[in-house]
Parts: sequence; structure tokens; C-alpha cells
Amino acid sequence: MKRILAIVAIVAFSFALPSCKGKSDAELKTAAEAAIQANPDLSGVIIEVKDGVATISGEVKDPAAQAAAETAVKEVKGIKSISNETTVAPPPPPVNITPDDPLTTAVKDAIKDHPTVSATVTDGVVTLTGEISKADLKTLMQKVQATKPKKVESGGLTVK
Amino acid sequence: MALQEKYQALVDAANAAGVANLAVREQDGVLYIDGDAPNGAVKDQLWDVYNQIDPNYASGDLVLNVNATAEAGSQVRVVTKESNLNIRKGPGTDQPIVGKAAKDEIITLINRSNDLWWSVRTKDGEEGYAYAQYLEPVS
Repeated sequence: MKRILAIVAIVAFSFALPSCKGKSDAELKTAAEAAIQANPDLSGVIIEVKDGVATISGEVKDPAAQAAAETAVKEVKGIKSISNETTVAPPPPPVNITPDDPLTTAVKDAIKDHPTVSATVTDGVVTLTGEISKADLKTLMQKVQATKPKKVESGGLTVK
Repeated sequence: MALQEKYQALVDAANAAGVANLAVREQDGVLYIDGDAPNGAVKDQLWDVYNQIDPNYASGDLVLNVNATAEAGSQVRVVTKESNLNIRKGPGTDQPIVGKAAKDEIITLINRSNDLWWSVRTKDGEEGYAYAQYLEPVS
């Protein structure tokens, strides 16, 4: 009886074995990479898997993306744990807005060749009025936006 | 982030055209896109995309500042509409005119220490400041 039980146990064990064994590190890496590919914010994430432990690294845009990368990899069956070594990209340089005095001078220069256009500057906002031909509008706007204003209000400008 | 979505096609076009130092930031309801275009044609192309997204640039929610850059000492072309380009003593339209360059004339860029007014030399040897928006690199 004991022998039979032992054989049954061995047979049962040998059947159970493949499901216990799980996926190889390479398979887990492929699965984890597929999991993060779904999210475009995670395109810079690099995954390595060793003994079922995933290490994720690379640069992402914000802490939310760091967390999202970790969550996505965690959902891959067979990953035991995750070491999150991703970094957040430095913020872009601040917006450079010209102070009102030099901006007023720069805008005056910008509209000089368009005598039918007037401009005022208040707190960095350039307000354009008057009228302009459709053909000259692009040139005018290129020149005005190059003065680095906070905003250009051109609702009062009639385009003919 | 809604503005970034609105102008995504513009950002994609800038990336595809090889705009360097591209920076896209949203602040107080305005999107700021800065960068260095490889030439004047790319700049114009981006402004056409801008006009498609925001007809007549009327919304006031974008400040597009992608300009064609040129190296000091290189040749630049005068791209006025039809008139001559004034070369002035200093950077500003209040400065006296010291020379003129014809439309399509090729002149030398001395430096662009000022974003809006580049220091230039004409082939006649006249030196002064010209409005940068009327100059583009010779490619």
C-alpha cells in the first residue's frame, strides 16, 4: 500500500512539475516588454529579468509613468518582484517671456512693415488690431511670436 | 495637456523635419513651442501646419518660435517680400539706417547675439543690424 501511495505521489508530482516550473527569465522579459508597450509613455523603459526578479530602468516623463511601468510589469505572471530604477526626465526649460518694455519695442519693430496693424502690450500679452491681408498674416504672426510674448491676441485683427 | 493634443500634428511635423532643441511647454492656457529649424522652408511648413490646426492663428493659445538658425560667419539670404532690407546702426527700427540689402541678396552673418536683430555685413562691406525674421540660412 505504501509503495502504491509512493508511486501515486511520484506520478502526481511529475505531472505537477511543469506547471510549477513557470517561465524562463527570457520569456518573462518578453512578456513584460509586451505589457509596457501598450503605454506610449513608457517607450523609454528597459526591462531585465533575473531569477524572476524584474529590474526596470530608463527615463520616463513623470512619477505617474514610473508607477505605471511598475504596475504593468507586476501584472506579468511569474514576475516575483520588481526593482524600479526608472528616472524622471528633468523638466523642460521654463518659458522665456520678454518683459513689457523690451517687448513693446520688439513688437513695434515686428509690425513696422504692416502699417494697417496696431499693437498694444499688457503683461506680456500682445493684442493686435487693424487689418491685414491673408498673404501677409503668416509673416506678421511669425515676427510677432518671435518677440517671445506671453500670448498673442489677434481676435481684433481683420484678415482680408 | 489638451493643447498638446490640439497641436500634436505640429510637434510631430517638427520632429519629423529635424527641428533641434525642440521644447514644448504648456503654461497658463498657452502652449509654447521653441526650437531651431534646419532651414526657412521647415519653418514655413510648420507655420502652414499651425494655420491648418488654428485657422488664421486666431486662438491665441500657441506661441510658435521655431526659427531657422545660422552659424556666425555663414551666408544668409534676404527674404523680404519685395523691398530692400534695412541695415541699421543698432538693434531696433529707431536706429539710423546705415545700408540696404536687396531681396534675395546673400549677406554674411557676423553674429546673432540678439535673437531678433542679427549683426550682418553686406557684400559692399556695410555692417550693421538686420531684422532676423527677414534672413534665412543658405542651405
